[in-house]
Amino acid sequence: MKLSKHGYFYLIWMAIFIAIPLFMVAYLAFTSGDSQSISLANFSLENFKRFFTPMYLEVLKKSIQLAFISTIICFLLGYPVAYIISKAKLKNRNILILLFVIPMWMNFLLRTYAWLTLLGKNGIINLLITKLGFQPLDLLYNDTAVLLGMVYNFLPFMVLPIFSVLTKMDNSLIEASWDLGANKLKTFLKVIFPLSLPGVLSGVTMVFIPAVSTFVISSLLGGNKTYLIGNLIEQQFRYTGDWHFGSAMSIILMVFILISMALTSKFDKDKEGDVSGLW
Amino acid sequence: MKNKWIKRICLLLLGVLSVSIISGCSDDRPTLNIYNWGDYIDPEVLNIFEEEYNVRVVYDTFATNEDLYVKIKQGGSSYDVIFPSDYMIERMIREDLIQKIDTTKIANINNVDEKFMNLDYDPNNQYSIPYMWGTVGIIYNKNLVNRPLTKWADLWDEEFSGEIIMLNSQRDTLAVALKKLHYSMNTRNINELEEAKNELIKQRPLVYAYQGDEIKDSIISEEAAIGVVWSGDAVAMMRENPNLVYVLPEEGTNLWFDAMVIPKDAQNVELAHKFIDFMLRPDIAAKNAEYIGYSSPIPKAIELLSDELKNNKVAYPDFSELENTEIFKDPSDLLKEYDRIWTEIFSSM
Repeated sequence: MKLSKHGYFYLIWMAIFIAIPLFMVAYLAFTSGDSQSISLANFSLENFKRFFTPMYLEVLKKSIQLAFISTIICFLLGYPVAYIISKAKLKNRNILILLFVIPMWMNFLLRTYAWLTLLGKNGIINLLITKLGFQPLDLLYNDTAVLLGMVYNFLPFMVLPIFSVLTKMDNSLIEASWDLGANKLKTFLKVIFPLSLPGVLSGVTMVFIPAVSTFVISSLLGGNKTYLIGNLIEQQFRYTGDWHFGSAMSIILMVFILISMALTSKFDKDKEGDVSGLW
Repeated sequence: MKNKWIKRICLLLLGVLSVSIISGCSDDRPTLNIYNWGDYIDPEVLNIFEEEYNVRVVYDTFATNEDLYVKIKQGGSSYDVIFPSDYMIERMIREDLIQKIDTTKIANINNVDEKFMNLDYDPNNQYSIPYMWGTVGIIYNKNLVNRPLTKWADLWDEEFSGEIIMLNSQRDTLAVALKKLHYSMNTRNINELEEAKNELIKQRPLVYAYQGDEIKDSIISEEAAIGVVWSGDAVAMMRENPNLVYVLPEEGTNLWFDAMVIPKDAQNVELAHKFIDFMLRPDIAAKNAEYIGYSSPIPKAIELLSDELKNNKVAYPDFSELENTEIFKDPSDLLKEYDRIWTEIFSSM
């Protein structure tokens, strides 16, 4: 295979910033000893053995649970939004999608911090609630707040791929469906939705991956009361200094993400088979 | 035609931008790299230092001693002056991460109160020069709490559910639980640590959040009524919200000292000495202490403080009140146990 000049540049780039760090993480994960003197490390599976104990598995379970729920919520909210925007007039469509993307230009941390002032005990939402004569609610520093943070931050990653698939969809297929006597609901279920699945699946992966590995959202909106696997990894690198264990957990997380991606892409292929089967 | 002009303007802007970036980098003044706790210096003091010595200061911050340790141990960061606490200095000396300070270059060392010299963590002050000191205590809002708090055990009172903020720091929070149980915060006894763990698990449902520096905002804005804080932060918080009260819990608490040290791989050792000497100058130390609220170990500086701060018993308590305190010791290999306990607390459902 011949690569262009740019191709080589890209290859070197990948080697330095993807392959080598990944190799280092794998190396650290399968060794133990003093993290700071790498040459003294010995091969060991101890880090993995340590992880597969109830305490750490509980954290992993919780992370996957929260990421899963937030992905579902993102889908339920994101699909109608993408659908409505894609059906808008071309001029309005661009404005709508711009409005949707603009908040993402702001720093992710700032946007998450903003929720602190909204959800706090004396925050804006509780102020309104008490003004209306109700008891203030406990909105901040719990799992719901973490979920909210995930959905809020990652929703655009669900909407954009679905939107792009829906806008590129061949309108004649939909018209054909109507001509053949299918009503709107049936057209949606049998034509539009199956055709938009690639967008849905890339949306699902793009939401699930950052959600399962986040540590900032759980730290800020969960008040550090909820430990996710991302927090555990951060703790090993920053605080305890056990880079071996931290790397092992990163590898385990990567494996889970790979599995989920493999599942979705397999699903994707099956569906694509169905779609082509239409012809 | 129009397009050409836009292109030219863009090129011009690009040129201006790149020139300004390059000139920003080619500052040929000597550079001093400082690594300090967040919110722990008056920025004005750094400006004065830059001007007086015609140098450039690069200033970074960390959140816990352990963060600092990992960064220094990792190397490659080459800070010239860092600000670890007592037990971390002990550990850094043992692991040969910091270098001896040439006290002949630090004339102002005589300004430091004898009480703060030659402490256990660095018996002859060969490696460290005192910066600030203080205690750990409970701060509470007397308008939101119906009775005065006096002891750590109050933080386990269900009445205050959802009002308590604990520190997001393994060591400090474990120390609170250990002291509640009347154990030493330096205990190496696993059973005692396990008991402390169970206390913290019991307490978790009552806790509003585990925070770092954000605790200041949360308590000042009355998001929560009770918090565990360092004395200096308490001073700064009480300035903002007069309803706050700081107490040293009956069971005893932590007495701590932060000091300035020079890492082994410092680039500009000479300038680091000058900076340390500068920070001990009474006018500078006073300005700094006034701003951050922490307690200065320099009597001449304390004289220069505002009356309000000078007479503040939180910042400058009588030493007789501090008999029931403990100084942290280096936990060394126990750190792994702390980590396990901490994870168990937060993974328990």
